[in-house]
Amino acid sequence: MKAIKDLIERIKPTFEEGGSLHMLHSTFDSFATLLFVPGHTTPNRGAHIRDGIDLKRTMITVVIAMMPVLIWGIFNVGYQHFLALGEVPAFFTKENLMYGLQVSLPMIAVSYTVGLGVEFAFAQIRKHPVNEGFLVTGMLIPLCLPPHVPLWMVALATVFAVVVGKEVFGGTGMNLLNPALTARVFLFFAFPTYMSGDNVWIAGQPDGFSGATSLSKIASAEVMPASGNWTSTFGWSVKDMFLGFEPGSLGETSVLMCLIGGIILFATGVGSWRIMVATFAGGIIGGLILNALTLIGIGADNVFMHIPPYYHLLMGGFAFGAVYMATDPVSAAQTRNGKWIYGLLIGIICVVIRVFNGAYPEGMMLAILIMNVSAPLIDYYQVQGNIKRRLARA
Amino acid sequence: MGNTIKIKKGLDIPILGEASGYIVNLPSATTYAIKPCDINGLIPKLEVAVGDEVLAGTPLFHDKKNDSIKFTSPVSGEVVAINRGAKRVIKEVVVLADKANKYNQFEKGNPSQMGYETVKNTLLASGAWTLLRQRPFNIIANPEIKPKAIFISGFNSAPLSADVNVILQNESSDFQVGIDALTQLTEGKVYLGLPAGKPLCDALGKVQNVEKRFFSGPHPAGNVGVQIHFISPINKGDIVYTIAPQDVVVLGRLFSKGVYDTTKLVAMVGSGFKSNSYVKTFTGANLETYVNALSNDDKLRFVSGNILCGTKVLANGYLGYFDNALTALPEGDDSEFLGWLLPTYERPSASRTFVWLSRIFAKGKADGFEVNTNMHGEERAYVVSDEYEKVMPMDILPNYLIKAVLANDIDAMENLGIYEVVEEDMALCEFVCTSKINVQKILREGLNYVEQEA
Repeated sequence: MKAIKDLIERIKPTFEEGGSLHMLHSTFDSFATLLFVPGHTTPNRGAHIRDGIDLKRTMITVVIAMMPVLIWGIFNVGYQHFLALGEVPAFFTKENLMYGLQVSLPMIAVSYTVGLGVEFAFAQIRKHPVNEGFLVTGMLIPLCLPPHVPLWMVALATVFAVVVGKEVFGGTGMNLLNPALTARVFLFFAFPTYMSGDNVWIAGQPDGFSGATSLSKIASAEVMPASGNWTSTFGWSVKDMFLGFEPGSLGETSVLMCLIGGIILFATGVGSWRIMVATFAGGIIGGLILNALTLIGIGADNVFMHIPPYYHLLMGGFAFGAVYMATDPVSAAQTRNGKWIYGLLIGIICVVIRVFNGAYPEGMMLAILIMNVSAPLIDYYQVQGNIKRRLARA
Repeated sequence: MGNTIKIKKGLDIPILGEASGYIVNLPSATTYAIKPCDINGLIPKLEVAVGDEVLAGTPLFHDKKNDSIKFTSPVSGEVVAINRGAKRVIKEVVVLADKANKYNQFEKGNPSQMGYETVKNTLLASGAWTLLRQRPFNIIANPEIKPKAIFISGFNSAPLSADVNVILQNESSDFQVGIDALTQLTEGKVYLGLPAGKPLCDALGKVQNVEKRFFSGPHPAGNVGVQIHFISPINKGDIVYTIAPQDVVVLGRLFSKGVYDTTKLVAMVGSGFKSNSYVKTFTGANLETYVNALSNDDKLRFVSGNILCGTKVLANGYLGYFDNALTALPEGDDSEFLGWLLPTYERPSASRTFVWLSRIFAKGKADGFEVNTNMHGEERAYVVSDEYEKVMPMDILPNYLIKAVLANDIDAMENLGIYEVVEEDMALCEFVCTSKINVQKILREGLNYVEQEA
């Protein structure tokens, strides 16, 4: 440890002003401070002691919270692959693991290398420290993409996310949109054939096999299931959908794993429980409203509108979005009541997009992005409320 | 106690080195200094030169903006130095104390019968007026304007702060006289904030002519600004005075004995001292005697005032004008291997990401954490939301207020409540900040800006 410290001290002058590698000083600083929390002390006036928390710890906590969905996703990629080949594999097998790693590790590696490369370059040019936010974004990007996606698209989307999603606004903390969703939405509209349909959700999918997800099955369903047995419509039981045995984006399939991640975020206080609860509640409310509409005869022939509301939470990326995407503190609403409104509307809008817009069977991405854009407006009215209370008491 | 006000948001930080109730007898400091930089918004105009003989209560300098506001010597003796900083700003006016204190005599009597003008003029002449501070902005009270009310917090809730019960022991009568003097200064009421359900010393428990209000809950419940917010909040155009309990006693002595006697107990707190107790001294005491007698010889930082909002002083420096605590704590200038991930020692945190670690490192929790001055991270842009809100009991959106200051937007600062807060009220925000933003410095810049422009 002492040796590493000495080494850092020894090579430090190379990266300082006038040193031969000064052009890489942001990169050097970020690695040096990753290894050693610097011995910076508090200023002469103000709080002389500081909380142990910093952004590195906050961000790594989110990465840890993503581990359950990542691990499940890796196995599921292999599982779906062998299932499509006509085998009937068990889930937690070495084959599934190896195949899953073979698909997902390159995606993660590409996302991190490309993203951090862009981050370092920007930090250097804009003369600000490298921000830890990309630790999270770099993991979220592969988790929210279909496993079939080519690596060059992962790279392209990551560049787009970091540059257009974040750095043009001034870097981490200033961005309007969730960077990982910016990556996904970019691919979704630029390369729709790679991002939707029935042929992208299973890695190494054989020709002629339909890898439809529950969302595309219900969206195309034309007859109501007999005696309310929705399992026949999907081909998966509620339990299977909850545990995550269906094809889908790398990290989104298992609601259980998302909930475990959500519990980690809640227990550590890193993710806003208000947003998570509100988003799930919004999904249920949205589903109930649509059910109610069918009762008064509106859209009674739309099968999707009849689905019990909890199915919305089980399908597609709802749980993943609610836990990991909607809770991004920078792009979410900042005020407490604002968070409730923000989450509720994400849930409701997601359901509405899913049911009424056949072109976008997955509504979660667009719902969160719409609410990212609306969050400052929600906060504006919350802040005005505070101001009005103050003026009223005068 | 039906009128207890419950403070829900805030944070108590247990830290090693609280002062125990006893007083150590140490030889008095030999020099005393008044530091104009301790007083917000003050531009000093000297009334003495090096070599002048002064009594306790003799003016050393006055406020350039209002020459009736005089800062007087806490001790008798000889002015031995006027230390200046950059641009010849006066930093310290140092007096070498006589063996026995000789006092200027001022008018004494029962302030209840003296009337507003006499009480005010006596306070101004003796220098005791400067112990009154005015909100908004936490500046020296303006004698031309009568305040809406006067507020005193009868307890400290900040970590490692002096215990008011100890400070006021045996001071009951002077405290009462001081309160009586304060009632003359306002048409409104004098409020005394007290801790709910805690034992009170005689001075606090039996005092009359004040409106007592009881507060429960975590720090900053003891901050006078928080108490004002819940009793009678400051709106635009309002002016209130605040004064610390030990300074009420100084006012009391002035009227009962006719002298400006700043004798006070100062808590010696923090893990840098071998023992944590109180010493008896005067305002502006040189710290060297006490530091040498009490501290370990490690590399330490000395803070005049409390650990969350005090000012760093040198080991041979002087106690701050309003302060009644001196904190010694180790400098945390060592880098820590993977300190953000696997901390090697316990540290206080409002974040639950440390909960699983503190189980592993748990030791000596009862006494509190042994803390140092490390930042535990680097400054970043704001990322985490709803962090300041958890430690801000007032109905104020701290994040938006700080952003309004950064944007130099006076209207927004006014609307978001800048008149109600001073640095100490947002000290916890600075402590908990994940992005390590110097909230108090930003707030002070905003306060100065609004004061100039308003």
